[in-house]
Amino acid sequence: MGEPVVSVRGLRMTYGTQEVLTGVDLDVEAGEVVCLLGPNGAGKTTTIEVLEGFRLPSAGDVRVLGEAPATAGDAWRARVGVVLQSWRDHARWTPRRLLVSLGGYFRPYSTPEHPRPHDVDRLLDVVGLAEHADRKIGTLSGGQRRRLDVAVGIIGRPELLFLDEPTAGFDPQARRDFHDLVHRLSDLEGTTILLTTHDLGEAEKLADRILILTGGRIVADGSADELARQVAGTAEVRWACGRERFVHATDDPVAFVRRLVAQHGDELTDLEVRKAGLEDTYLAMVQRFEAGDRTAAPALLEVGR
Amino acid sequence: MNATRHAVGLGLHRGWTEFLLSLRSPQDQGFYLFMGGATLLYLWFNRDGEITGAGETIPLVAYSLPSILAALLAFGVIIGPAYALAMEREDGTLLRHKALPHGMQGYVTGQLLYHSLGLLPMLLVILVPSFLLFDGVMARGAEGWLTVTWVVVLGLLATLPLGMVLGSVVPSVQKVGSWGMLPVIVLTVISGVFFPVQALWGWVQAVAQVFPTYWIGLGMRSAFLPDAAAAVELGGSWRTLPTVLVLLAWAVAGLLVTPAVLRRMARRQSGSQVAAARDAAAQWVR
Repeated sequence: MGEPVVSVRGLRMTYGTQEVLTGVDLDVEAGEVVCLLGPNGAGKTTTIEVLEGFRLPSAGDVRVLGEAPATAGDAWRARVGVVLQSWRDHARWTPRRLLVSLGGYFRPYSTPEHPRPHDVDRLLDVVGLAEHADRKIGTLSGGQRRRLDVAVGIIGRPELLFLDEPTAGFDPQARRDFHDLVHRLSDLEGTTILLTTHDLGEAEKLADRILILTGGRIVADGSADELARQVAGTAEVRWACGRERFVHATDDPVAFVRRLVAQHGDELTDLEVRKAGLEDTYLAMVQRFEAGDRTAAPALLEVGR
Repeated sequence: MNATRHAVGLGLHRGWTEFLLSLRSPQDQGFYLFMGGATLLYLWFNRDGEITGAGETIPLVAYSLPSILAALLAFGVIIGPAYALAMEREDGTLLRHKALPHGMQGYVTGQLLYHSLGLLPMLLVILVPSFLLFDGVMARGAEGWLTVTWVVVLGLLATLPLGMVLGSVVPSVQKVGSWGMLPVIVLTVISGVFFPVQALWGWVQAVAQVFPTYWIGLGMRSAFLPDAAAAVELGGSWRTLPTVLVLLAWAVAGLLVTPAVLRRMARRQSGSQVAAARDAAAQWVR
């Protein structure tokens, strides 16, 4: 594999006396879909904004598509797509008019191998806005508007796309459509994608790799399965014994259940075994970090409920 | 293909589109009609008024019409872009352009064209009915219109950058009122729009003559009124050369300062800022 598309070493960000990022290291390879997870205020948006060149880092080495984003020129800009949170702009325009206008800026950067921008009608079709193409943007629903944001983000056929909480406020159907769109971008166009989200199911579905950012650092890096394996006690067993109910976390559920049956026999009811999902992993890692314990292996906690 | 020139072309197209959209918007139509109506009402109620100075007497309407046009020009071209810029910093329009190659150049070009074009409907709704209602408004014919043209162009160049700078430095849309509106209204009142500046104290006259509004007004009156009316002005003359020089000075200063201010503002623009503005807008009481 060649040089990573995104390469960050020792990224720090301080606002006044508050340290938001305390040393972020991350790499994104060409064609990867990487998802950045983390609690509110962990610095996800700040990290993305540094990578987009919208914010100057306090310290650290940041390279995106081979350049430092803060000083990169317009030719670099033409290769990067950005979808941020909360736009409310261009209410009087129509999606078609806006896409034609904004897409025009990419024309000088078009090459025979990589024509830019996208054809507007095709793009409107891809994001499912074809029938709303000539409505005023101010009259679009939240989900339609967000799809327009995505369309604007990819109008220049970017090689690298940043998505900051792209599906916030989507209904399940819109979310599904959006996931299809991301897969298509990644598979057909080979676009490298870095996205943030609060939806762990979404991260599991979309991402080749998941990064967990908390306390200003990346504390975990791997596929959803790999992360789950890092958490000690990868399954949760629930059962009832008489009128009492129990929960136990274990990394060998089969042996545990065998012992349970041997011990309690017929008294045992309501047995349920659940593999640790990304949500458990995520919560365990964030909790561990917030407890200030940065060395011990994360573990699912045993609790009586 | 030169990318900068290409972006300027896109910006011009954007400005034109914004202008057409604004003409079709009931909100903007209402604004134009209100300003036109208010001006005509003011002139109508003062149709018998007169201004006397240095032995000359001229109808108040003839004095006020060009002055009000000047004031609306200066006011509209400062406050309009200030509000637009402050708003589009908060709603994400600016950030969208920042994410494009040469996008800021296109955006600023669009703003300049849009706000310049926005003057036309304003001039029309005031001038057309005024000519139907009042006599002796334009004393100079074609030569006068020529003067109107260069005063409007110079006036635009002198004041438009002020609006862009104001819109770049205000911390939020809500602050445009106190940072921009208030000083500009005060300036308009002391700039000889509704009555000649001689009615005010000497130091106020001096302050008024530092700013472009007074000079745009003077230039407009020199276009509409007969030569004899110059007697009502300071120094009993139209002072054409000083008018040109003062407005040019403001234009040059604007040209020098504005790009740097805009660049600084654009540099500081980020998504979190847009999100923070949205949250602030949702929270009225703080």
